[in-house]
Amino acid sequence: MQMPNKPGPGRWAPKLGKQYKGSGKAIFKRLAGYVFREYKTQYVLAAVLIVFSAIASVGGSAFLGIFIDGYVTPIRDGVASGYGGLIGALCLMGGIYLFGAACTYLYNRLMVVAAQGTLKSMRNEMFSHMQKLPLRFFDANTHGSLMSRYTNDTDVMRQLLSQTVPQLISSTVTVLGVFFMMLFYSVTLTAVALVFVGGMFLLTQGLAKKSGKYFMGQQSALGAVNGYIEEMIGGQKVVKVFCHEERAIERFHALNEDLRENGSKANALTSVIGPISNNFGYIQYIVIAFVAALLAVSATPAALSLWGVANGLSGALSIGAIVSFLTLVRSFNMPIQQVTQQFNSIVQALAGAERIFEIMDAQPEDEGGNVTLVRTEQTASGTEERSDGGGWSWKIPDGDSFRYVPLKGDIRLNDVTFGYAQDNPVLHDVSLYAKPGQKIAFVGSTGAGKTTITNLINRFYDVQSGTITYDGIDVREIRKADLRRSLGTVLQDTHLFTGTVMENIRYSRLDATDEECVEAAKLANADGFIRHLPNGYETVLTGDGANLSQGQRQLLSIARAMVSRCPVLILDEATSSIDTRTESLIEKGMDKLMEGRTVFVIAHRLSTVRNAQAIMVLEGGRIVERGNHEQLLAEKGRYYRLYTGKFELD
Amino acid sequence: MFKTLAKCVRQYKTRTLLTPIVMTGEAAMEILIPFMMTKLIGVIESAQGTGLTSGDFRRIAVFGAIMFGMACLSLLCGILGGKLASEASAGFAANLREDLYRKIQTYSFENVDKFSTSSLITRLTTDVSTVQNAFMMLIRMLVRAPLLFVFAAIMSFVISPSIAWIFLVSATLLGLLVVLIMRKVQPNFREMFKKYDKLNSVAQENLTGIRVVKSYVLEEEEIKKYRKATQDAYDYSVRAEKIMVAMMPTVQIVMYATMLILLAVGGVGIIGGSLEIAELTGLISYSTQILSGIMMAASVLSFVAMAKPAVDRIAEVLVEESTIENPVSPVTEVVDGSVEFDRVSFSYAGEGGARVLEDVRLRIESGETVGVIGGTGSAKSTLVSLIPRLYDATEGCVKVGGRDVREYDLETLRNAVAVVLQKNVLFSGSIAENLRWGKEDATQEEIEFAARQACADEFIERLPDGYGYDLGQGGVNVSGGQKQRLCIARALLKRPKVLILDDSTSAVDMKTDAKIRDSLRKYAPEVTKLIIAQRISSVRDADRILVLDAGRVSAFGTHDELMETSEIYRSVYESQNGGGESDADAE
Repeated sequence: MQMPNKPGPGRWAPKLGKQYKGSGKAIFKRLAGYVFREYKTQYVLAAVLIVFSAIASVGGSAFLGIFIDGYVTPIRDGVASGYGGLIGALCLMGGIYLFGAACTYLYNRLMVVAAQGTLKSMRNEMFSHMQKLPLRFFDANTHGSLMSRYTNDTDVMRQLLSQTVPQLISSTVTVLGVFFMMLFYSVTLTAVALVFVGGMFLLTQGLAKKSGKYFMGQQSALGAVNGYIEEMIGGQKVVKVFCHEERAIERFHALNEDLRENGSKANALTSVIGPISNNFGYIQYIVIAFVAALLAVSATPAALSLWGVANGLSGALSIGAIVSFLTLVRSFNMPIQQVTQQFNSIVQALAGAERIFEIMDAQPEDEGGNVTLVRTEQTASGTEERSDGGGWSWKIPDGDSFRYVPLKGDIRLNDVTFGYAQDNPVLHDVSLYAKPGQKIAFVGSTGAGKTTITNLINRFYDVQSGTITYDGIDVREIRKADLRRSLGTVLQDTHLFTGTVMENIRYSRLDATDEECVEAAKLANADGFIRHLPNGYETVLTGDGANLSQGQRQLLSIARAMVSRCPVLILDEATSSIDTRTESLIEKGMDKLMEGRTVFVIAHRLSTVRNAQAIMVLEGGRIVERGNHEQLLAEKGRYYRLYTGKFELD
Repeated sequence: MFKTLAKCVRQYKTRTLLTPIVMTGEAAMEILIPFMMTKLIGVIESAQGTGLTSGDFRRIAVFGAIMFGMACLSLLCGILGGKLASEASAGFAANLREDLYRKIQTYSFENVDKFSTSSLITRLTTDVSTVQNAFMMLIRMLVRAPLLFVFAAIMSFVISPSIAWIFLVSATLLGLLVVLIMRKVQPNFREMFKKYDKLNSVAQENLTGIRVVKSYVLEEEEIKKYRKATQDAYDYSVRAEKIMVAMMPTVQIVMYATMLILLAVGGVGIIGGSLEIAELTGLISYSTQILSGIMMAASVLSFVAMAKPAVDRIAEVLVEESTIENPVSPVTEVVDGSVEFDRVSFSYAGEGGARVLEDVRLRIESGETVGVIGGTGSAKSTLVSLIPRLYDATEGCVKVGGRDVREYDLETLRNAVAVVLQKNVLFSGSIAENLRWGKEDATQEEIEFAARQACADEFIERLPDGYGYDLGQGGVNVSGGQKQRLCIARALLKRPKVLILDDSTSAVDMKTDAKIRDSLRKYAPEVTKLIIAQRISSVRDADRILVLDAGRVSAFGTHDELMETSEIYRSVYESQNGGGESDADAE
């Protein structure tokens, strides 16, 4: 990915990161907004089902105790006769379990659709918003950092939605259910249990915080390693040519080692949380057993127990209550452990959400003015809009009505000054005009500002001072989409998209027929090599057309421009990699392409610019010479020296 | 395939093997502690009706103390196991990455072409992460999970052999069901990952081609494309996960059914007097452990199976042998810069593939400057890439300094033959750092001299930090022409015997182009120079000019000779200088 004249991030480049001041809570709230927007019913229903399923599982385990005491022992002791009650109890329990399993299945089904759906809309929204962002945004943020928002960051969101949240809900229900049952047996013992839970919470949270720090370190080390890999493997051929392998390995080794260290620390800390909370639970169990035993012996009524009250034991703790309580303690700890292990994924998900919101919050490119491009036809009563056919006109709002200015392709720059960074102008007071149908060429050494001028015409960037007019209208008053639709651009760095050759040619005008595309390819002299491709026009290009030569790619982008019907063309080094013989072969096509159109050409080649009506020689962002080929040669100035190549003999 | 990767464990072998052992300790404690709990409860329960005596207290204290000790041991094992597993897996991943990276460094161009750059990057990044996670799961759980199962099974058989068989049945059933679901879901997941790859590539292409998108106002079209990709990803994920979703309830049902049967059989046992109540509670808690052990083992296996494609892709890179190897007893000196092509034919597809070069014979003397001209696709770049052995000739042989290039030590050869590639790359870092690629220990003077030769000195000196100026990733902070001059300077620092410029001045204006050629003539007269160019003006003052046409030498001679004899050359000349007007000669 290289762009000509592309500046480093300018001073007001909208670089991501840091400007989002949202607190964890604010991010969470906003995230919840997204989550509930489309799939509210599913989420709410799923939450209810999760609660049911948790209740069923708590109820099931509570039933275990009742089953033995209430049905088995009475039969054994001869108190009850017949197995009817026992079988009935088992059936009831089976029913509860089945109900729980059904709820589990249903809520998981619902969550699949809801979580994936939410992710889908978040991705779509992020991408759609990104399409509206100005070029400056893409200059300022590396592809790697933007891509990771589409991959890693949405992935942690998926985990949050489909795993962490259901786990949290079900754990909370279980904890609450068990908690009330514990209270029922003994308030004092419950208090003891809570003290332990509190301690465990603090401890694991502290660990999670610390491991979070290492996780950040791991993420950034991973970013560094992956960035290095991407750059070096991308330039692997240059590495080979320079026998740079050993040194490339050295640097890689250092980065890799850093990642290993951070990664092993982060994971070690997280994997410690499990055993700690687990064994903390055992210790809690021992302590509670001991305290319970003490309470039972002292028989203090202070050991408030609703179970005792209900059984007429005046609040004293009975042995039976202790046994039940101890069983409960175990099912109390389990979900709490599960919750503590989700800390990290919550933190990561919030960080991911924050990064996704950064894109969604980036300031979009303004749409430009309200002058639009419409198809019109001249009738006796004046200009009338048509849905198809006819010529193109600018539709300018004029009070309550509109007036129409025919699209001609007259472009003027008046005292234009511009810099990619505000205090570092690249163009100084550039003025020029291009009348409809004229061919204007820009020449000058690299970095003179040629591409910058074209970037201003299509409003990739905006002038700092001065104006650019199009058919007499300030380009800032024209809707950007319409402005760009009227300009056909062939860039020096061609980009092809994954798709067939035909689709790539059609890219500039989607309603072009196959015949039109083939015709354009013929004019661009690309037809020959395309027919030699395995599937001709239906050959699928991948990896930016990696299997084509640079020259062939340029021929394709010229064909692409030929398909468009723009009145103004910008050709930025469009033929730089095409040999001159091929270039002369496509000359006829190029002539046809330029016929009746206003054309801006940037080229180093004399043959490409010589027949321009006006040639602008740029130097250091200023136009230093202008005129046609003959005039400039006669001047024996900079143009003359540039193109005779005899400069060094002066 | 797994074997290939296992070799990368190396210095983390001890940790890798120790992890399951330590985990065994934790698993054992996890079984024993509940056993102690039932003992403890037994003490309290037996006091029912009689009240707790001081003897009971002592026993509670003893059991408590034992449990405490066990918990501490279990904690220790758990922490140690976690630490070992993390270190081992992070280390394993680091080794894997390093081995892959080293392997790729040995690759020839052909190898790189075979895999494609982007696929190599994926293998080094995403695939390694996937394998790392699977590896960690494997060493932590694979021994622990079956052990939990075995221990718990033993304990239940100790309690009641007549009931414990229920577990064996349900465990087998559960294992089968889990494996079945996993098998069904896996192809779906594979499809899903493919859709995700596609989804990401749409976003990636949009980012690289954003200028084209905006120029043609095709944002809406791109959004449509992306929406289709997200919809596909959604459909396939939902399809895969809907199968996965059956897992949880299946497990629950097996577990609950086991419980019910256990209660029924156990209840009857208690009534019949063959089973104690405490034994039944013990069995119930072991039943959960047995089944969760099976679950864990199954999910580890499925995790590993999911990582299988990543493992395969990594192994492919590791076992691939470079198609260009150093000879056994390499020649380490290139005597001069003469280049010879002896009946050379070449095909990118190897023997039997479509010939790109056909029977090329030519000899270039040391110190000669040779221009190469030819149409788009005439194999100019291919021809010169055979000289530094970026590819090997399919037939015939290429000689440098009078010897077959295949006899040289690769590094010797490539240091003697410097190529400035058509698609050249600069790397993040300062200008000086980039230039030092040519010569690691180059002094500032040498660097400045090389920059001067390549006519890069003036613009470098105008940059904010001069030679310390940061180029940014891929050299985005300088223009195309400036980049090309830096690449030439970088190649010159090598002090090569043969210098190949593959269309390396296409973005440089004519004046500078001429200046560069002039300084090469002046400062490096002994260096053989091959200049591929589109412009006649770039080659017309060369000693000889080679005209290539569709992979064959069409003509080879001086400008004047070629103007006489070569139809192609003349037409190229005329296309650049217009119908007879000779403004290029207008001095």
